[in-house]
Parts: sequence; C-alpha cells; structure tokens
Amino acid sequence: ALRPCARAAAPALRSYHGDSVASLGTPPDSSSAIYQENYEQMKALVNQLHERAQNIRLGGDEKARARHISRGKLLPRERVDNLIDPGSPFLELSQFAGYQLYGDEEVPAGGVITGIGRVSGIECMIVANDATVKGGSYYPVTVKKHLRAQEIAMQNRLPCIYLVSCVLGFQIAVVMGSCTAGGAYVPAMADENIIVRKQGTIFLGGPPLVKAATGEEVSAEDLGGADLHCRKSGVSDYYALDDNHALHLARKIVRSLNYQKKMDVTTEPSEDPLFPADELYGIVGANLKRNFDVREVIARIVDGSRFNEFKALYGDTLVTGFARIFGYPIGIIGNNGVLFSESAKKGAHFIQLCCQRNIPLLFLQNITGFMVGRDYEAEGIAKDGAKMVTAVACANVPKITVIIGGSYGAGNYGMCGRAYSPRFLYLWPNARISVMGGEQAANVLATVAKDQRAREGKQFSSADEAALKEPIIKRFEEEGNPYYSSARLWDDGIIDPVDTRLVLGLSLSAALNAPIQKTNFGILRM
Amino acid sequence: RTRKYATTTGQNISKVLIANRGEIACRVIRTAKKMGVQSVAVYSEADRNSMHVDMADEAYLIGPAPSQQSYLSMEKIIQVAKISAAQAIHPGYGFLSENMEFAELCKQEGIIFVGPPSSAIRDMGIKSTSKSIMAAAGVPVVEGYHGEDQSDQCLKEHARTIGYPVMIKAVRGGGGKGMRIIRSEKEFQEQLESARREAKKSFNDDAMLIEKFVDTPRHVEVQVFGDHHGNAVYLFERDCSVQRRHQKIIEEAPGPGIKPEVRKKLGEAAVRAAKAVNYVGAGTVEFIMDSKHNFYFMEMNTRLQVEHPVTEMITGTDLVEWQLRIAAGEKIPLSQEEITLRGHAFEARIYAEDPNNNFMPGAGPLVHLSTPRADLTTRIETGVRQGDDVSVHYDPMIAKLVVWAADRQAALTKLRYSLRQYSIVGLHTNIDFLVSLSGHPEFEAGNVHTDFIPQHRKELLPDRKSTAKEFLCQAALGLILKEKAVSDVFKIQTQDQYSPFASSSGRRLNICYSRNMTLRDGKNNVAIAVTYNRDGSYSMQIEDKTFHVLGDLCNEGDCTYLKSSVNGVASKTKLIILENTIYLFSMDGSIQIGIPVPRYLSSASSGETQGGAVAPMTGTIEKVFVKAGDRVKAGDSLMVMIAMKMEHTIKAPKDGTIKKVFYGEGSQANRHAHLVEFEEEDSDKREAD
Repeated sequence: ALRPCARAAAPALRSYHGDSVASLGTPPDSSSAIYQENYEQMKALVNQLHERAQNIRLGGDEKARARHISRGKLLPRERVDNLIDPGSPFLELSQFAGYQLYGDEEVPAGGVITGIGRVSGIECMIVANDATVKGGSYYPVTVKKHLRAQEIAMQNRLPCIYLVSCVLGFQIAVVMGSCTAGGAYVPAMADENIIVRKQGTIFLGGPPLVKAATGEEVSAEDLGGADLHCRKSGVSDYYALDDNHALHLARKIVRSLNYQKKMDVTTEPSEDPLFPADELYGIVGANLKRNFDVREVIARIVDGSRFNEFKALYGDTLVTGFARIFGYPIGIIGNNGVLFSESAKKGAHFIQLCCQRNIPLLFLQNITGFMVGRDYEAEGIAKDGAKMVTAVACANVPKITVIIGGSYGAGNYGMCGRAYSPRFLYLWPNARISVMGGEQAANVLATVAKDQRAREGKQFSSADEAALKEPIIKRFEEEGNPYYSSARLWDDGIIDPVDTRLVLGLSLSAALNAPIQKTNFGILRM
Repeated sequence: RTRKYATTTGQNISKVLIANRGEIACRVIRTAKKMGVQSVAVYSEADRNSMHVDMADEAYLIGPAPSQQSYLSMEKIIQVAKISAAQAIHPGYGFLSENMEFAELCKQEGIIFVGPPSSAIRDMGIKSTSKSIMAAAGVPVVEGYHGEDQSDQCLKEHARTIGYPVMIKAVRGGGGKGMRIIRSEKEFQEQLESARREAKKSFNDDAMLIEKFVDTPRHVEVQVFGDHHGNAVYLFERDCSVQRRHQKIIEEAPGPGIKPEVRKKLGEAAVRAAKAVNYVGAGTVEFIMDSKHNFYFMEMNTRLQVEHPVTEMITGTDLVEWQLRIAAGEKIPLSQEEITLRGHAFEARIYAEDPNNNFMPGAGPLVHLSTPRADLTTRIETGVRQGDDVSVHYDPMIAKLVVWAADRQAALTKLRYSLRQYSIVGLHTNIDFLVSLSGHPEFEAGNVHTDFIPQHRKELLPDRKSTAKEFLCQAALGLILKEKAVSDVFKIQTQDQYSPFASSSGRRLNICYSRNMTLRDGKNNVAIAVTYNRDGSYSMQIEDKTFHVLGDLCNEGDCTYLKSSVNGVASKTKLIILENTIYLFSMDGSIQIGIPVPRYLSSASSGETQGGAVAPMTGTIEKVFVKAGDRVKAGDSLMVMIAMKMEHTIKAPKDGTIKKVFYGEGSQANRHAHLVEFEEEDSDKREAD
C-alpha cells in the first residue's frame, strides 16, 4: 500500500495547467421563486437560531450576572475569550444543551460552556462553569455536556482546561469559585491548578459541614482559600490575584506543556469556495421534500470549490470524492437520494480508500434511508447496506457528520449518525432526525390500526385516521426538531449553514491533534 | 573631485579631524567625503556606537562621557590630530569652536584650525570690546551708557541722547531686579529712584547702566565669510527670533518681511563687522531688530552655526566646503555679486524635551525613529538613528529638519507636512509643539519676535483635550491588527498554518464575539466594546456612540501604517505600539493612547513594585528620604534625583509601607527603573481589567 506522507512540510504549490481540478457547482437561479422561498425559510430558521443563541450567550439572569461582575469576576464567556489567543475563533460545543429540557427552568448552555480554542497556539478543550446559572449547580445535562467535552478531548487528544467555579492527557484547572466535596478533586486531580485569591476555595467539606461535624468554626477562605492552598497545603500550584491573572497563568502553563500538534495529513494553502456561502439557504431551504444536488453544497464548503469526484457515474444517489477544507484533505460522502445497493457499495469502497490514506471523512447527511421493496431486498440491499455501515463503523480516520436535511432510519447509520461515533456531529437548523418521517410513521401506524380494526370488523373512518395521525406527526415534529436533539446532547451543536466550512475547518483542525489510527475493517459481506 | 585643497602657501587638507559629535560631526564628514577629504572622528565612551563614529574614515576614543574629559580636552584632540596625521581640525559648533586658546594651540602645533584667527575670537568674545570695535567700524550698536558718573543729571542726559524708550539696569543686576523700562523723560526720575532702591536692597550696590530698549525685538543674523586674502562676503540674513529658554527653536532665511534695501544694509554692516576684525572663515553677525527694521549689533559668533543649512538652501552653497577651502588658503568661492538669494528655507530643531513641562530636556532611547524622506529640498541633519540614545551628557537635540521652497508660504506648508512625518517614540520631543508653532497664524504672517512663545503660549501649548473617539477607534483597531500580525507570524512558523484556529477572526458559533477593551486616554480609562463582525469589520462602542471600523496594517520601509476607515472616513496613520502605549502619527499630529497594564503584570509576577515610584529619566540619586519599614503617604518625597542638570523629586504614588529601597545616594538609576518597593497591601483593589 502507498504510505501517506506524514507531516509534509508546507508544499510548494505547483499549478500545472493539466493538473487543475475542475471546479464544482453552478450559480443558482437566484430570481427563481423556489430559490427565494427556500432562502427566506432557511433565513428565518437561521435568524431564530441566532436569536436563541443570543439569549443563551447571556447566561444566568441579569441579577445573577450583576452580582457576579460586582465581585470583580469575569463572566464565563469573557473568561473563555480572555483565555484563548486574542481574537482567535472558539468552536463552542453543545450550545443548546438543556434547551427547554427542564420545563420552565432555563439552564442556558447547560450551565457550562465547552468548546475548543487555541491557548498559546495549542488547541485545547475548555470547560467553563457558569456560576450565574442557578448558582452554578449541576444538572444532569451539565454532567452530560462535561463528559461529552472530555470525550471529545480524549478522542482528539486535546489538553483540557477547566475553569471551575464549583475536572485524560493534560489537565489544568483554574479555581475561580468554590470547589466543594467531589468538586475539590477537580483541581486536586489536575496536572496543575491555579486558584484565585479571595474567590476560589477548595475543600472536601465547607464551613457549615465542618461546624456540624466537629464544631469548628472557620471561614471559607481560611478553610480552603488561595493562601492556604498555595502556601500551606500545596493543593494549588499558582496564586492568582484575579480572574485575568488566573487566565494569564493558565496561558503560561499551556505554553510550558511542550505540546506539539503532529498531523498525519498533508496541508495545502486554504482557498475560499467560488460561491457565496449564503446561497446554501436558497439551494437547500427548509422544505425537506424538495430535492437539491449535494454537489452544490459541497461547492460552497470546500477549498476553491474543487472536488475530485470518485465513481461519479456509479451509484449516483451517493456522491463521494476528495477535496480540501482549510487545506486539510477530506473525503466527502453526501446523499443525493435514497441509498441503493450500488450507492452503498460505492460508499464502502470510498471509506476504505480514505482509511488507507489517512484522509478524514465528512458525511453530509440528507437521507430518507435505504431503498425498500421486493426487488431491492432480493438484490441483497441489506448485505450491501451492511458493507457501508461496517465500513463507517470501523473507519478510524476522524469522521465528522453534518445533518443538512433529513436523517431517517438506517440511513442515519450508513451516514455516520451519533451511534457511529463521529468526532463531531452538527445539525443545520432545518434538520430532522427520526427513525422515519413523521408522516410516514403516522401512515404506518394508521395502516396497522386500520388492519387491526378490519380484523375486528370495525370501521376506521378518515376522522379516526386523522385523530390518530395528528399527535404522532406532532410528536415526530417536536422530537425530530434539531433543538430537541441538541438539548439532549445527541449532537454537538446546531450551526448556521453559512458557518459550515468554518466549523468543519475548526473541527478538522482539532481532530488532527490525535494521531490517526490504522483501520481494521471487519468482514464486509460479499 | 578628489583634488587637494592647496593654499597659496602650499598647505593642503587631505584629512580633517572633527572635534565634535552628533549631527554637526556627521554634517562635516558628509562634505569631507564629497570633497574626497578623509575624516577623523573623536568620541567619548558614551558615543562609542554613535553615527558620527560609523561615518568617519577613522575614529579615536578620547575619554569618558563628560565633555570636560573628552570633547573639551584640547590636548587629547591635538594628540589624535597628530597620530592620525590630520592637517586640519574642524571644531563644529559648541565645545572648542570659539575657544581662543584652542585656536592658538592648533596654530602652535602647525594644525589648521578651521575657523577664524584666535585674535578675532578674542575680540568678539568680550562684549564691550566687540561693541566698541563695531561702533568704530560704523556698525550700528545698541547705544548705551556704562560710565562711572552716576549722577541723576548725567544718566538722564545719556538717556535722552540714546533716545526713549531706554532700559536702566543695575550694573550688578540679575533676574530682572533693579531693572526698569523708561518710555519717556517724564518717568525717568521716579523709575531711576525705584530701580536704585531695589538694586541697593538686592545687591547692596545701586550703580546703573543705560541701554536702548528694543521692544519685542527680532533676532536677525547675517552669515558672513572672510578669507586669508582680505575678502569678506555676506550670505544674507536668517531670522531666529522664536526662542524658548533663550535657545533658538525655529529659524528661517531670508528674514520675513525684510525689504531688499534693509537686507543690503544688514549684509554690508555685517561685512564691515567681519573686516573690522580681519575675519577668516564662517561667522555670524547677530543683530536685534525693532519693529521699524532698525537693527543693532549684538555679537558675532565666530563659528559655523547650528542653523547654517537655511542659508545654504537659499544660496545653493555648501558652507562646510567653503570653510575647508578657505582654511586651506583659497579665496572665497563666490564674489558678493555671484551670491544670489533664491526661495525660502526653514529649519526646525527637534529636541528631546517636554514642551508641556517647561521644555525640560530629556534623554533616553530613540525606540522608534522615522523621518520624512530626504531630497533636494528636504534635509534631515541628524547624528542619531533608531535605537540610539539621546545622552544625558550632551545637547538633547535630535535633529534639524530643513526645508526649502520657492516662497515662505510654500516652505512653511512643506515644513509642517514634513514635521508630521517625523515620528519619534521613546522620549518626549517638541515635534507636536513645532507643528503648532509653525501653524500659528502670527507665525505664518511673519510676525515673529523673541517673545513669541510666551505671548502665544496658550495656543501653542493647549491643555490636553480628550482624544477624539475616532482616534480611540483607530488605536483599538491598531491593537487588534497588531495582535493579528503576531498570530500570523506564529502561524507561519507552525506546520499547521492554514487552520482556521490560527486566524484572528474572533468567530463564534451563532453569536458575535464582543470584547471589552480598555484604553487609557491621558488620565482616563476609556471602555471600548468591540464586536467582531462576520465580514471582518468591527463595531466599536464608546459611551453611547457606535463606530463601524475596518482596516489593515501595511508596511512601508521600516514603518507600519494603519489604513483604517472609521464610519466611512478613511485615513492612513503611522502606527507604533511599544510596551504599553499606542502611538498614532497622522497629519493631525501625534496621539498617544495607553494600554492599561494588568496589575498582575506590574506586581505579583514582577516583584511587587507598584507603578509610580520609578525614575522619570536616567540620572543620579542625590538624596534618599526613606528606608525599609517606613510608612509613607501618597505624595511624600521618597528620593531626589539629579538628571539633565535638574532636580526631580520622586514622590510616593500611594499610601503604604516601604519594603525595599533599590538605590542608595550617589547611585545611577536608569529611566523607568523601580526605585522603591512597597509592601503588598490587602486593601489593594484590582485595577486591572
């Protein structure tokens, strides 16, 4: 096998005329009614996304924030901003964690901000508790989000920085609030920790518990403040005067990690796509029944809109090919319709190519499922579908999935749904995830009910049918909604289609921190 | 043109020693090179890496920094001249240039002194002698009475002869004590008695002298040259009226508003003066001129003057070349008729000084230095480069900016334009002051006189106004773009240079990145909320006003320019960010915006010395008033420092307890050195953000 070129130096660009790859995509007919309707609908969804995100950004209520600031503390997002390299991007994850999850109780961002940002030039997972949200208490989703962040950090070998108010590779904790009981082990177990004076405390039992247990009366600061832990106990390593100082120290610690990102891929100069990203609104729209050519999406995501399509003429409901995003190589698999046997076999072949070459995979999901019907079953679509699912499941290259439309049934498996552990999984605001479409589900259940009634010799009026279908459709609509999924950490975030290229670039960059493991494919049934 | 300059007596100069430093040494070396004459520099220990040392063909160390032991040491200089076999010594200005003994010593040692004979230096060095020589030669002098007869009657008669207004002064007077201006005979008796009383009280001596009083006089001087063949010419006048601390700051040639007849009279009077003392070489005859253009001899400077370039510019001559030729015995290169006046020239002296602090001279490193481009009509006469120090040991002049144009208005416009392109960071300079001075309507109108600066002080030195918000936006943008440049440099060094993480786009998912910046405008902190827009522009909110800001940095030569657009108004500004200050140099003058230093950087991590108790400049600690353990209150004197011949009292920046005193009496402290350390106080509230 060809050995991929590991950590090639920045390649000298060669642009021989004969080597150039034809660019993909066509300018849309932006005056068409469909384009405009699509555009408006998607834009409305994006506006809603931005509005909701804007509220989440604020964190806890105004009173809680004001009190936090009055104590000279920075708000958690400001802490993240000041921790990462000035002006660098931050790939926030699970922004909608806990969204409408606890009834009337709002838990913005699940009470903890997680994401990937560069600190002193090193991509780090940052976990920042938000003490303005319900006094910093943990909700189940908080824990889930925290764990997901750690999982991402582990998979992608990112150092972790915990900005803890209440902790796998390198771990740094910054104690900016109180770390009590179990929380005390966060800093205590970190490689290095920083504590802010008169603000951070670490103890197994707080003053009330101490009083109850032994009768000893002691202030929080004397019991577990910065002075105690830096001068006496040695629990903390660095003494910070304030939040900014603590973040400054954290940046210095990251600098001394002696961490080098060693990439197993070649890179090339990044190039913008040839088409404006917002055309995605008009091309894709919000109506999932409307078809679009996934190549037009690819053309608005990849470097120079250049796409080296593999097996273009075979199994054409699945588009596969090679491209680059921000100079990183990527193998793209996108849906252009229902999966047939040929498309599945083509997909499996392509995944094998990418794994052999250490090329990360991108799945652009818009899938109603595998083709059903007698002919297809007879053709052994289950066997061919299994080839693709096996290839996806086994592939050890970084996999990233973006659901850009519907995600239904086994299609979700074949296209690297959550269960197939993509490093990152994002949704567009128009996305829908379910075993099948709400209407199909309603129809299936209606058919089942009708058959049952028929066996019982009873009538099944169209009013009965409507009464049965309505709640099902409604529930599918509600639970297939991207916010429903995102609130429960079934994905890593809802993104504006316009941001897709950036989010993919950031995710790839983060993913390439971990060496790419060799893939051992299981049995691909022939 | 590398021929030797032979005298009629067979002397020639193929090698010249320049007994000076700084810009004038460089200036002389340049002409020497042009003429093919080898140049020998001398330098003190402080000037080891100076520009004049680099420029010269040979250079010799002549002693420690203090000029008494180096540039003023005649023996050492003569010794170097002998060792290096230089036939001539050019003294420049200052130092030994008007030292009669030195001129004499050169003569004895057979070395050509590029200057007048020692007798001329002597005659002109004694004021009373020079005045009587001039009076005898028919040069108008300021009339006066210096006699023994102190009777009221005698004094009054002399006053009448001289003509009112007159000034009576205590012979032993000083500081304006015992001095009166008398405008008419009616006032005479009363004023005389009053002056006498005051003089008696102040000096225990009431002897008076009388001089013609010239109200708001102008300072006009004529450049003359004489040669060994008895010839003398004038090269027109310069006006050097505008002065501060009795030192010239801006000079021009010809004098504004002087009619050709007056010019001719001035020139001829100056030539008479030169001839009266058998003058050889370059000299300047200084006159004071009243509002009616009557002029009176004041003194003669027997050297090339600082402001000689303005004369060169209007006459198209190289006066250093003339000096060398004449010193070698040649005749004056041009006859009086051949010397013509063309156009108008200005010279602005750029000093390391603080106009807002009574023009207190400064010293320190020229951390950044960029100048307008030199060309045929723009000269930058300097002896320093970026990175050099302005030494505490010598004159704090950094450079002379000389411009020429066809007329005064055009030259003035050009001067202002060029001054704005002169950017210096590291120490206080008078550049902004020169810009406002040269832009003052009265200056523009040519209404110059020696009281110009005190008279217009208010307009020339306005109180610091708060910086326009647009400039604050530019400063904030500059800082952001500089950060971006730093990220870009880092990015290229990595193998992962195309990662979007390496960008400085400030992108966030579904929300915009808003950043709270704090900049320091004078004594006020200004909060700027900067939002990074998707399209790469920024929205900056200061108080209740929001600006749309975008821009780029571009490099031209050694300079970085900030090209910015603030609410659609585009501008290009030189940008320098050093340590904790942002410097913007634009056509509107220079702006300094501070970047507040987080307290953790100034204290915990760097030795607990908290702002303020630092040396204002390099100097010697004269007195120390505190010791470790002392409690002090904000404003209490901690130390006295002597720097640039001035005393500076270092005061406590805050209440507290002294932990450590870093300097003892007699020790030398560098600029910005921390002088004392305070105990850390619990009450220290964070000021960083």
